Amino acid sequence: MSTSDRSTAAGTLRGGAGEERIAAAFADAAGSAALMPYLMGGYPDVETSRRLARAYVDGGADLVELGVPYSDPLADGPVIHAAGTAALDAGVTVDDVLRIGERLAVDVPVALMVYANLVMRPGFERFVGRLRDAGLSGLIVPDLPIGEESAEVVAACDAAGIAFVPLIAPTTSDERAAEVAAEARGFLYAVSVTGTTGERSALAEQFSDVVARAKAHATVPVGLGFGIATGEHAAQAAAAGADGVIVGSRLVRAAGEPDPVAAVAAVMADLSAGLGR
Amino acid sequence: MSSTPRTPPSPETGIERRYGPYGGRYVPETLIPALDELEQAWTVLRTDAVFQAELQQLSHDYAGRPTPLYLARRISEQVGRQVYLKREDLLHSGAHKINNALGQCLIARHMGKQRVIAETGAGQHGVATATAAALLNLDCTVYMGTEDMRRQGPNVQRMRLLGATVAPVESGRRTLKEATSEAIRAWVAEVADTHYVLGTAGGPAPYPALVRDLQRVIGDEAREQVLAAAGRLPDRVVACVGGGSNAIGLFAGFLDDPSVGLLGVEAGGHGLDSGEHGAVLTTGLPGGILHGAMSPVMQDENGQILEAHSVSAGLDYPGVGPQHAWLRDSGRATYVAVEDDDAVRAFRELSRLEGIIPALESSHALHHVLHVPAPEVDVEVVCLSGRGDKDLAHALEQLERLEGDQALAVTPRHPRGGARQAAPADPDAAGTSDAAEAQ
Repeated sequence: MSTSDRSTAAGTLRGGAGEERIAAAFADAAGSAALMPYLMGGYPDVETSRRLARAYVDGGADLVELGVPYSDPLADGPVIHAAGTAALDAGVTVDDVLRIGERLAVDVPVALMVYANLVMRPGFERFVGRLRDAGLSGLIVPDLPIGEESAEVVAACDAAGIAFVPLIAPTTSDERAAEVAAEARGFLYAVSVTGTTGERSALAEQFSDVVARAKAHATVPVGLGFGIATGEHAAQAAAAGADGVIVGSRLVRAAGEPDPVAAVAAVMADLSAGLGR
Repeated sequence: MSSTPRTPPSPETGIERRYGPYGGRYVPETLIPALDELEQAWTVLRTDAVFQAELQQLSHDYAGRPTPLYLARRISEQVGRQVYLKREDLLHSGAHKINNALGQCLIARHMGKQRVIAETGAGQHGVATATAAALLNLDCTVYMGTEDMRRQGPNVQRMRLLGATVAPVESGRRTLKEATSEAIRAWVAEVADTHYVLGTAGGPAPYPALVRDLQRVIGDEAREQVLAAAGRLPDRVVACVGGGSNAIGLFAGFLDDPSVGLLGVEAGGHGLDSGEHGAVLTTGLPGGILHGAMSPVMQDENGQILEAHSVSAGLDYPGVGPQHAWLRDSGRATYVAVEDDDAVRAFRELSRLEGIIPALESSHALHHVLHVPAPEVDVEVVCLSGRGDKDLAHALEQLERLEGDQALAVTPRHPRGGARQAAPADPDAAGTSDAAEAQ
């Protein structure tokens, strides 16, 4: 699909209502980039997770990436993996997470980050239908690369008005980057490092390459994630041209602290400051 | 996933990415270029005369190929048909795993990668990879669950002795499934200079095809050998199936012979009704995604992957290679399950019948051959995928659990004292667990 096929006018986006809402969130974001925190649904427990979602909204989230605990999360580093395992041990289900998302979606657009087997198990059309019914806007599947594996899921998302958000990595070739970007609805998820999710100390020098390549091909906003943990990182990501900054492990780590709401609020404040808010 | 498109072999390469609806590449985007690179490399090397000559020479001079095909006399006598054992247990490092490890480490070197990583359960694939890495001067890290490290201490020491780093994996049940997930995560981070030596005929494409190609030497040799020895093709070939690499290697040599039945023996664990087993094919499970491939997998109603169970670590895996799934669906191959206790008794039975101590994995296949009647079979080949030294302590513990201090009781083969007296029945001769326990 060539990028010239698509119109940016509201109502004709391939990702339908979900994509429209995500586009508006990027357009309306304050400061230098949209703030896109990741929430591990149901961690440390369902009730606390709801309160953390509230703290994300109060802390200025433009879009929330809502993670579903999974038994074998291949793209995740130790912090998110452990949080997912803890949530599963506590009995958290996909339905629990979707209910958290439903409540959250009243305030901000929500993109569900979920591994492919959880999407395939009930059948991807049914799964995507549940996202739509819960009022969610986007779907991110970190182990479903663009290609024949993803084609049917993308089509189901389009039919349901859910934006399918693919990932692009530092290892992705230019040729493939064009293919991946052409399939992006809502935003293109640029992975900042060659690795799994998790906080890193020095990142900035890699940001500009990754963001530049993503933006060269994307006709939707580019969200940069993996490893971004501080306001300083967020500022560097925005300076590199990212339209949105995705923060996961740092916030999930905060969610495991004795006063998770306060810890998360503090991280959100630091990130907001980094984005010039 | 009946609605998943059935794609033909990848037209660019001739290496299959799908087997019917199964297979594919369900991995993070970061790994896609590495899988493309590996697919391209294998496309060239699988028919490259220099590479193949190098692999063949190492297989011959270093690993000990060809392995014998042995007409098991006493087994044959007991079951009333010709049973040939394909002796992969005689290979260097003790199992068929070296076929794949040597091939992949050689590929790594041809791709210019100086590091390899691998996952291991019982340690056989880890030892094989550490062995090949030493031989080919590669750095090697093996991911292994801490529960498996505890149970398989000698293999941990072997790997370290061979110069490999053993990276302990603490997540989940700390066994093979988690070790594999951790190896894939590590590969995501180190993909630029590292090749992942995946140990079974599963994982994302091109691994199922690559591992099959490297293991098919088992089937190709066996076919030639059985034709020479028996003057005919076997009626069936039999192998144990965890991920399924020794089985797919054996089957590959006979796929185009429609008269040859293909029989895979899975881990029945505590019984198929218990839910504690590894028999994803026998129980007819549909496709799901595990470790990068769509294939039958043990999962709950939400799609969370479940843990398998088997007395043998090599079959203790909740998934299976995608080509096996397609061979099942298409009817070309048949899959059955053998329970823990029967496999443990077969471990003793082969030791005493033939003087061969088999791996507990292979013991599953041996139980089926020894105790399930097969009137339509006159000649068969069974893959003895590995030797049982690694299982000695564990298997004896299991036998003692079953039979107490009678576990290793000796029944005279030739009772002394003049006139033949009735010897006590061989505890293994009765076959199934129930019958044996009744004695």
